[in-house]
Amino acid sequence: MTERFRADLAIIADLIPEGSRVLDLGCGNGDLLRLLSEKGCTGTGVDVDPSNVLACLRHGVNVIDLDLDTQLGEFGDDSYDFVVLSRTLQTVYKPRRVLSEMGRIAVHSLVSMPNFAHWRNRLRLLRGRMPMSKDLPFEWYDTPNLHHSSIPDLEPLFASLDMVIDRRIPLDADGHRHRAGNIGANLLASSVLFMLHAARP
Amino acid sequence: MSGESLGIVETRIVTVFDRDDPLRMRSGATLAPVEVAYETYGELNSDATNAVYICHALTGDAHAAGFHEGDTRPGWWDNMIGPGRPIDTDRWFVVASNILGGCRGTTGPSSLNPATGEPYALDFPLLDMADFVEVHRALARRLGIRSFAAVVGGSLGGMQVLQWALSHPAEMGRALIFAASSRLTAQNIAFSAVGRQAIMRDSGFSEGKFLTRGTSPSKGLSVARMMAHITYLSEEAFQEKFGRSAQGGELSPNFGIDFAVESYLEHQGQRFLSRFDPLSYLYLTRVMDYFDPFADPHVIDALAADPVRFLVVSFDTDWRFSTEHSRRIVRHLEGSRVPTSFREIHSPWGHDSFLLEIDDYHATVRAFLDRAAEELA
Repeated sequence: MTERFRADLAIIADLIPEGSRVLDLGCGNGDLLRLLSEKGCTGTGVDVDPSNVLACLRHGVNVIDLDLDTQLGEFGDDSYDFVVLSRTLQTVYKPRRVLSEMGRIAVHSLVSMPNFAHWRNRLRLLRGRMPMSKDLPFEWYDTPNLHHSSIPDLEPLFASLDMVIDRRIPLDADGHRHRAGNIGANLLASSVLFMLHAARP
Repeated sequence: MSGESLGIVETRIVTVFDRDDPLRMRSGATLAPVEVAYETYGELNSDATNAVYICHALTGDAHAAGFHEGDTRPGWWDNMIGPGRPIDTDRWFVVASNILGGCRGTTGPSSLNPATGEPYALDFPLLDMADFVEVHRALARRLGIRSFAAVVGGSLGGMQVLQWALSHPAEMGRALIFAASSRLTAQNIAFSAVGRQAIMRDSGFSEGKFLTRGTSPSKGLSVARMMAHITYLSEEAFQEKFGRSAQGGELSPNFGIDFAVESYLEHQGQRFLSRFDPLSYLYLTRVMDYFDPFADPHVIDALAADPVRFLVVSFDTDWRFSTEHSRRIVRHLEGSRVPTSFREIHSPWGHDSFLLEIDDYHATVRAFLDRAAEELA
């Protein structure tokens, strides 16, 4: 059933309880929300890319065209159960601000990001070249990625925003759960998925 | 242009309210008879599930698409509606009507008041957005349509769509709102007020009784139109169309029409006189000024309980109803968990963009309605 979709989207969909209301930031062509609708979830995608917006509309996915860096204020406090930010945090100007808005919009969030410290990236750097991989496929001069982070560099950022890590799921280059799990994740995982909850006073 | 034109179409008139069953208006007034001018395109399917209603903007009419016999210009939304067009008449049964208070075949302030045998003029009751919708609904009943697959409109048309969805959400599957507003700003109202003042201060206005006194506030109406037209285009559009070019080849300073843009406005103002009624202009603009549905915190309750899927579209150079107007609509809908999509389209043309063939815009409407058709099938 889920083979049609990117492997990491299936993992995200599995983590979200049935019937949840989900805001998917950087929703692409709407695949995750379509996958979630199969388990009774509702929600909204956000994307600015014209072809993605059209794909969402064509597939019956609600999509709102707005800028993640400046316009998340359009969404009300606690107006969703989950906010998803899949492979998008590295493309926003102000990751801290986006994460803090996510914590305001929903208690639970799922955030995934490429791991810059993957061993292949380290090897490329040792050879004097910038990392490129399935998760970082762009030339340095033509990339949407504005920020690079390792897994241990991400975690203090969440902590500083009172976002508590519930799960940390290292992924391989194809978006499947990494066989090694959390062992040596910062060396072995091509990207990482965090399940977080906002600690509210 | 994708698709083709409908060819020859005609406007029909039907009486939807009469003395035995008058229109009960939001103000408490009643009105009878109410006649409606409308056109339909395409075929209604056997279970009447493929109907789409088109709500027009301030100066539109029932002639949305195709050609009237002998005309060289098609209906006002011919690029949007037709076989293979975004609102595809091979698939949808499209209904377009002239709004209540209009002057293009539907009952309005220039219609004869049965009580006096003379035109209503300012005795015509003040209108509300909900009154437009009640008349649309009455026409739908006449046509045997209980629910529309989609209701579509731009500007004032989009405001009618919003009102209809809020008050009778079960009567539509989807709502498409382009370049509209849920609440005019002070600047919007200011422009609207000056347009009305131009009409009412024209000596030909004759306290509104110009039709029986044989005068006409045509200077006022053309000035109102000229001014409004400035708000329908962006500064960039004016610059691109006219720049500072001279109407007669080179500038020759005088107080007449020297710049090309002046000639254009003069033409727009004059052309308007042959197709629009000053009283309708007063009544219809006033409805927009007072429209503020979300002022009632419970207005969205019915819609939230019986959701309609919304597509809201704005245009980035529209300064009459800027993107912020559309975002406000989206905030209210999305904030009440009504399934809502929104897109801002890039266009240099300002507010009028919703009437133009802009690829991204048409592709957006097409994608949303293709999905609707698929769900229906």
